[in-house]
Amino acid sequence: MSQSSLKQTLKDLDTKKISIRELNQDYLKRIKEKENLNIFIHFSEENVLKQIDNLEKDNSAKKLKGIPIAIKDLFCTKSMPTTAASKILENFNPTYESFVTQKLLDEGSIFVGKTNLDEFAMGSATNTSFFGNTINPLSKENEPLAPGGSSGGSAAAVAADLCLGATGTDTGGSIRQPASFCGVVGIKPTYGLCSRWGIAAFASSLDQAGIFSHNVEDASILLQSIAGFDQRDSTSAKVDIPNYFENLDDDLNGKTVGIPREYSIDGTPMEISQIWEDAIKFLEKKGVKIKKISLPHTKYALPTYYIIAPAEASSNLARYDGVKYGFRSDEINSLDEMYENTRAQGFGREVKRRILIGTYVLSAGYYDAYYLKAQKVRKLIADDFNKAFKECDFIVTPTAPSAAFPLNEKQSDPIKMYLNDVFTVPASLAGLPGISIPFGKDKNNLPLGIQILGKHFDEQQVFNTALSLERSYE
Amino acid sequence: MNNLIKGENHDWEMVIGLEIHAQVKSNSKLFSSSSTKFGSSPNSQVSLVDAAMPGMLPVINKYCVEQAVKTGVGLNAKINNYSVFDRKNYFYADLPQGYQISQYKYPIVGEGKVTIDFKDGTSKDIRIVRLHLEQDAGKSLHDQNPSKTYVDLNRSGVALMEIVSEPDIRTPDEAGMYISKIRSILMYLNTCDGNMQEGSLRADVNISVRKPGEEYGTRCEIKNLNSIKFIKQAINYEAKRQIEILESGGSIEQNTMLFNTSTGKTRPMRNKEEAHDYRYFPDPDLLPLEISEEEIGKIKSSIPELPDQLKNRFIETYKLSNYDASVLTAEKQTSDYFNETINSDSELKNHAKIVVNWITSELFSLLNKNNLDLNNSPVSPENLGQLIKLISTNEISGKIAKDVLEDMFSSGKTARQIVDEKGLQQVTDQDEIAKVIDEVIAENPKMVEQYLAGKDKLLGFFVGQAMKLTKGKANPKMLNDILKSKLK
Repeated sequence: MSQSSLKQTLKDLDTKKISIRELNQDYLKRIKEKENLNIFIHFSEENVLKQIDNLEKDNSAKKLKGIPIAIKDLFCTKSMPTTAASKILENFNPTYESFVTQKLLDEGSIFVGKTNLDEFAMGSATNTSFFGNTINPLSKENEPLAPGGSSGGSAAAVAADLCLGATGTDTGGSIRQPASFCGVVGIKPTYGLCSRWGIAAFASSLDQAGIFSHNVEDASILLQSIAGFDQRDSTSAKVDIPNYFENLDDDLNGKTVGIPREYSIDGTPMEISQIWEDAIKFLEKKGVKIKKISLPHTKYALPTYYIIAPAEASSNLARYDGVKYGFRSDEINSLDEMYENTRAQGFGREVKRRILIGTYVLSAGYYDAYYLKAQKVRKLIADDFNKAFKECDFIVTPTAPSAAFPLNEKQSDPIKMYLNDVFTVPASLAGLPGISIPFGKDKNNLPLGIQILGKHFDEQQVFNTALSLERSYE
Repeated sequence: MNNLIKGENHDWEMVIGLEIHAQVKSNSKLFSSSSTKFGSSPNSQVSLVDAAMPGMLPVINKYCVEQAVKTGVGLNAKINNYSVFDRKNYFYADLPQGYQISQYKYPIVGEGKVTIDFKDGTSKDIRIVRLHLEQDAGKSLHDQNPSKTYVDLNRSGVALMEIVSEPDIRTPDEAGMYISKIRSILMYLNTCDGNMQEGSLRADVNISVRKPGEEYGTRCEIKNLNSIKFIKQAINYEAKRQIEILESGGSIEQNTMLFNTSTGKTRPMRNKEEAHDYRYFPDPDLLPLEISEEEIGKIKSSIPELPDQLKNRFIETYKLSNYDASVLTAEKQTSDYFNETINSDSELKNHAKIVVNWITSELFSLLNKNNLDLNNSPVSPENLGQLIKLISTNEISGKIAKDVLEDMFSSGKTARQIVDEKGLQQVTDQDEIAKVIDEVIAENPKMVEQYLAGKDKLLGFFVGQAMKLTKGKANPKMLNDILKSKLK
């Protein structure tokens, strides 16, 4: 695809080859053309034009001045409603700006709209949204494909070239899997790198903001803009943020890549095993030492994740009760009825399923067997990675066990849907940074993704490896 | 002392434990920067965090942590270097998050003890199980509209310390003394304002009854009592209720009860089956709280003299009884008042017992009568000191001093002024007193005869007559002495 990059666009704006208005009008035009893909929950041309007006009056130099960015509708924004793709927040207008979006605004970027997602980020196909499915822009006519999820709207917005970058959140793979499905770059940084302040919470100990972009360089520029310590988030990390873009270096000579044997799973399509092998071969050619590693607790990652994430979600979503803001049912005869009807009518099936699972695993008598055990296993999974990273500098695996699947295919079977996260969840549990980059195609010419995992706060190595692999593919 | 309740066939003993909720004295809330000021207009002190808006996160207020540590030290308790905030999940309209952030498995303060002092000079230790930090909820206002409930979130997120005792308490009086003692310690430490009317200090009472020496019975919990009077009433009623059930062959259901302050009765709020499953789990938005020994040491060194230390110092310095000293130190304002009074004149140190009596009986009863407390006493410590000095130097008699104090109380004048203006100085002139006595003897020859015949009791009559003539101003000792010598 001949999409322009953020890096190039910044140059063109700088040299006045193109104006902010021209640039964004081009994007507005495409957004309107692609309305049928249902990528945005909120889009207002007027709002974009207003932002352009304001930027034209602003003479200060800003790093991302005029750059069109799409925002996952889980980030609270002052200028646009925030719904989390849920009926329960259908008409919610925050009076505050999330840490991440504020950083992007401070850099002068333009928000083109709020993108669709699975309700409260719970899903892997952007098909649990109250506002309907998003369609993968790579779909052929009459054969709509899922964009992945939960950040499917943001991945699709980049893939359809409706913006030069997008924000996402990743709890168990919600950035990396849709990036893989839509053929774009998606990075989930280390847990704690970007403040969670102002992001509607799904699972607090796993949620992490990240970036979608057309290429690795753009991702490195954008991630730097949204990273940083925030005292309003107690889990935010006090670390120096390097200039990822300036420090990019695709020379991997002498590095060691870890190849976890537990990621060879029976039933993985040949094509996926093939691109994994291709990536390893390429790295070897670049002077990278190949190290077979073992992450023995990998098989427990999915069940562990599907205990911890719903447990936290069941509590995090308790605040949506119809009392203070958001949807409240009309059928109220008592306080209990208000809760019951508001939440029964306000939440969709998948959200309710996870609230029930989470409530169950935290219940008296079950807590030790489920939640406490899951926490212990989570520690073992993190220890696996810590041990492995003593022997290697980064780990390379496939991103997802399949290419984009047809819409609705797995909707009826939640377990099948949960298996989408099999390669992404372990790093989420360990809080590690991971990127997915497009790497090869399947037999239907659909993109496949390779995932690169790094040590805590070693986003630079993740970017460097990604850049090298990206260039090999070009 | 007999702590038992008479039953039909045998005596019953109460077993009582208290959970005290003390609002931490702090300008801002436990996890947000909103103000904690009492009595502000509804929902005027609510941050985005307090209202549980989407994406809002709690950030621990370090000052509240210090206050809890301070309190722990004051309760002679173990301070835990590692503690964890948990979520206690339940739905209620005035609980915006749908959970309360509290501490469950790992509280900030562990085992401690406080001592309560009885009138007879004995004392008793009440063991503390733990102290933990937690958020307060908001308030549901049911009386503003016939068909609606309003919610005021000003209190939502305010820091509370929950102080849990062992079931070491055996009588309503002990419960009252225990909570008074805790209140006193908190107020000395300045970690809670102790204002029970405003709800800054309230208690849940766990109570069961048993035959002395037997295992604990099934307990009931009475929720949210905000005065010592109600605590005692509720315990008395609840114990009686339980004994009646047991004596009529029934058994106690483990219930959570509410106390109706107008009827003086308890009634069940929910039973064990209806009890909430709070689904506690560590709050993933907060890191475990770690406090180093160094930080604890720093806080320890900032702690003022506490009631028990002060009590011992008073006993030692002023030779006061344990009971007098504990009354003086029960409230910081009392010990402050005593200190200021006794230090207002170097002479007074030798009359400490008199100072105590004038504060705790004469002044307290005047304050009580006028619905005042020491903080707004019309008589300053210096002025009371001056009055006591006049007594100790025999310038006025104790009896007249009572009138003078009342006058000081209502007029605001000093003791000296009043005594001078009204000429109340004690008559200490030998001749003058002798003259009066001569008069009395002359007027009552029959009595004199009887007295001399051995009716010693009549001495009081002569004293009374002489006092009457001097309008109470004669020095009693001199009067006695002269009288005796004249009637030989």
